[in-house]
Amino acid sequence: MFGTTTNMPSSVFDELWRLQQEVDDLFGSWSSPLGIRSLPPGSFPAINVGQTSEGVDIYLFAPGIDPKSLDLAIQQNLLTVSGKREVKVQDEASYYRQERFSGEFRRVISLPEDVDPERVQAKYVDGIVQIGVQRRESARPRQIEIK
Amino acid sequence: MTNNSEVTRRGSNAAATAQSGSAGQRGQSGEASIRPPVDIWEDKEGITLCADMPGVSKDRLELRVDGSNLIIEGQVQLELSGKAEALYADIRSSLYRRTFSLSGELETGKIAASLKDGVLTVRIPKRAELRPRKIEVRAS
Repeated sequence: MFGTTTNMPSSVFDELWRLQQEVDDLFGSWSSPLGIRSLPPGSFPAINVGQTSEGVDIYLFAPGIDPKSLDLAIQQNLLTVSGKREVKVQDEASYYRQERFSGEFRRVISLPEDVDPERVQAKYVDGIVQIGVQRRESARPRQIEIK
Repeated sequence: MTNNSEVTRRGSNAAATAQSGSAGQRGQSGEASIRPPVDIWEDKEGITLCADMPGVSKDRLELRVDGSNLIIEGQVQLELSGKAEALYADIRSSLYRRTFSLSGELETGKIAASLKDGVLTVRIPKRAELRPRKIEVRAS
């Protein structure tokens, strides 16, 4: 008699719950739990991080920036990226869409604990800043020889 | 946990063979595509479109006019060091794709495009005879 909305069959909530489950299935184990320093989806620049046994590669999807204006700092395992992208606005034109990011940005990425902040390389190719950080030698997996 | 070897393409080769007739806007590889953000503005001479497509090089960019549609496609190429395992990924596809429908007063044969640092700029001119003309009012 006092049925709640949660156990109503095929209620809107069920549908939403099911949708959320599907989204979780798609991205779930990837994005959760959220990093305490993570930014909402769609923030500029987008970031991908990949790791190997030798190091960690960070890709910043930052098209149309001046790489000299980019500030990269690493403190222990925290990588901070900040900079500015200025998208020139045409005066004598009427705009239909302005979706591209313009302004200052800052993102903090926490890397695995064993990275060596002394050995970092960065380059800018086709609008992607690629940063490579080496892991500490002692942390790398070693092959143990059986005699 | 996923155990993929690529950072953007989440095992796209394996996924492509497993997927058959999946719905949604997908590229040739069977992968879901990213909608690149765009700025579009119009001036007297024509329309300009700017799209953010980081990671796309000139040879991996495809721009075509199909009927009255302008189709923009680009493949992301990441330099990966050997067997990389993804730790975190905002970008989960390696294909950018977006389509716009054009209107008749635009000169599709004279579209010019350039790509610099992952930013695509497309210039679509208006037909000369259809550009707005100033009508001078002469005092008699």
